Amino acid sequence: MRAGTTWVRLLAMTAVAALAVATAACAEETPGPATTGGAPGAMKAGLKIAFLPKQVNNPYFTTSDNGGKAAVEEFKGSYSETGPSEASPSAQVSYINTLSQQKTDVIVVSANDKNAICGALNEARQAGAKVVTFDSDTNPTCRDLFINQATAEGIAKVQIKLIAEAVGAEGGEIAILSATANATNQNSWIEMMKTELAKPENAKLKLVDTVYGDDQDQKSFTETQALLAKHPNLKGIISPTTVGVAAAARYLSGSSFKGKVQLTGLGTPNQMRAFVKDGTVKAFALWNPADLGYLAAYAGGALASGLITGKEGDKFKAGKLGDFTVGKDATVLLGDPFTFNAANIEQFNF
Amino acid sequence: MLNTVPERAARVRRVLGSWDAVMLIALVVVAVVGALTIDGVASPRFWRFVTLEAIPIALIALPMTLIVITGEIDLSVASVLGLTCTVMGQLWVTGVTSLPALIAVSLLLGAALGAVNGLFVTGFGLPSLAVTIGTLALYRGLAYVVLGDRAVADYPVAWTTSAIKPLPGSTIPWVILVVAALAIVFGTVLHRTPIGRGLYAMGNNAEAARFAGVNVRLTKFWLFVVSGAMSALAGVFWTLRFASARADNGTGLELAVVAAVLLGGVSIFGGRGALLGVLAAVALLGVLRNGLQLAYVPANTLTVITGSLLIASVVGPNVAGMLRERLRRRRVNAPTVSPTTFKPRSPAAIDERNLT
Repeated sequence: MRAGTTWVRLLAMTAVAALAVATAACAEETPGPATTGGAPGAMKAGLKIAFLPKQVNNPYFTTSDNGGKAAVEEFKGSYSETGPSEASPSAQVSYINTLSQQKTDVIVVSANDKNAICGALNEARQAGAKVVTFDSDTNPTCRDLFINQATAEGIAKVQIKLIAEAVGAEGGEIAILSATANATNQNSWIEMMKTELAKPENAKLKLVDTVYGDDQDQKSFTETQALLAKHPNLKGIISPTTVGVAAAARYLSGSSFKGKVQLTGLGTPNQMRAFVKDGTVKAFALWNPADLGYLAAYAGGALASGLITGKEGDKFKAGKLGDFTVGKDATVLLGDPFTFNAANIEQFNF
Repeated sequence: MLNTVPERAARVRRVLGSWDAVMLIALVVVAVVGALTIDGVASPRFWRFVTLEAIPIALIALPMTLIVITGEIDLSVASVLGLTCTVMGQLWVTGVTSLPALIAVSLLLGAALGAVNGLFVTGFGLPSLAVTIGTLALYRGLAYVVLGDRAVADYPVAWTTSAIKPLPGSTIPWVILVVAALAIVFGTVLHRTPIGRGLYAMGNNAEAARFAGVNVRLTKFWLFVVSGAMSALAGVFWTLRFASARADNGTGLELAVVAAVLLGGVSIFGGRGALLGVLAAVALLGVLRNGLQLAYVPANTLTVITGSLLIASVVGPNVAGMLRERLRRRRVNAPTVSPTTFKPRSPAAIDERNLT
């Protein structure tokens, strides 16, 4: 191996030189410093707003971040998206540190861990950045605002409304296909759904069973199969989880129950498109991630422009989405979940 | 005893030509070029962040270097880290409130997990690659058994801030001193003791090492135990630094460690490499990644760059060796070359990479 050292040295030097050139080339693309301007009470121009999703290359976050980009362009800021290729908190910390060093005005982040990125976020805030969380929150002490996509009550309401519409006026037996038995989100939604079902207008709907697909495709598929065998009079299934609803739809669309047993839930357009088109599913719900990103960008812009501070009752305008008010614990609610159906599903890709 | 000028010159040449030197020079070049071209690299905060990120990798890379030199590998390190984090978190929840006790239990747990690896590798003679891929999954699975998808995060602020407290008058976290002290211990064992020479010997030829009186099995067993304990130490640091114990802590970290060890000049086939090169490689990868990140290079490109660098570090020496060999054969066959211009390499010269 001694014979190889000269070559090794040459190779190493070449690699280093190449990297150095690449580094220098990249550095030139750095956007210029933020310029301030605009009338008092208006958004500052030239704000540096960075979106830091749980991971890049994820269609959901690509959609939400593009919504943010549209907003940032509307108020003449400079938009960037950065983030780790794997959804890990430690990788996210490294990107938060980088954004802070780049003197970003607003960091819009979906947290991979509500605690682990706290220290880094607070360090960035001390260095002057405003922090807005969306999709997945951190501890309230580490951010200025959280943009909440939906409340448990809103989700439960829309789920019951959609299944009631799909089953029809006669009503009948319904069941729930959930994620894991101890999934906090799903359980709170199911409790809320039960409250909804107790209301007189939903008296004809009878919840007969709740089963758990553990957010695994195969398990959700076989649980759906078992559910239909166990309850021959079943009229509808609600699956408030993206994995479950897609698996249930796949089972129904290939079975004799297609069109006879109704299905709704929380799903993504890309997973559900085929089943909406073939009539297995009439409508399903989820928040619109593009609106979520759009609102988060406007909220961040308003914070960094000094229009709001993030205290309860603060009001700001978010472009085409209209006016919003900061609620308890410095959160802003996007609104009711968005309903996807055959008429609008083609407009979405995530 | 370098008395004569030619000897000293040869020594200087040897040191400069070593992979360690290549790594150190690369590190300096990247740091200087980065500081000159990328806004922020020159700032003390940048070096604080790089150090924080490099500490767990360096802690695990120390024993990993020794293990790879013996021709083995330990891929379970990140899972040991993850399992330690969850057990530490669970103990805290159940009422163990003494930090020294938590650290002690964590280190013992790590050592025990490493001992399981060591037992399978040395006791049953199984390949470490297979064994530690198995325990990589097993330990990570156990971590999920302990905490599930919960996170333990309510540690006292005093603990979490003390883990990342900077050295007086600087931004560099004090834990770097722990890493430095351990590096000196590992470096001394590897490069200055019979144990270290034994490690190289068994990496080159385990059979011959055994005949030479090296207890191959026992040494390797203890290496895995140490690897487990060091991974656990990295786990303690991880938990306190991020103030969060989760089952997925440090997922994929084993690849960052192995990448640094290989880039640092340790042969994956064993028998060759040095600790200085590995530590320089840990720093180089950290500076490169953070620097490029600051220069707005996207994550995908970063992965490609790190991967290419790794391939180059593994393939480079082999290709270079092949080319050199072909060149030599051509020279030997060519009648015009006089014997004086071609000197066959002495065995000592072939060996010198191992020892520098």
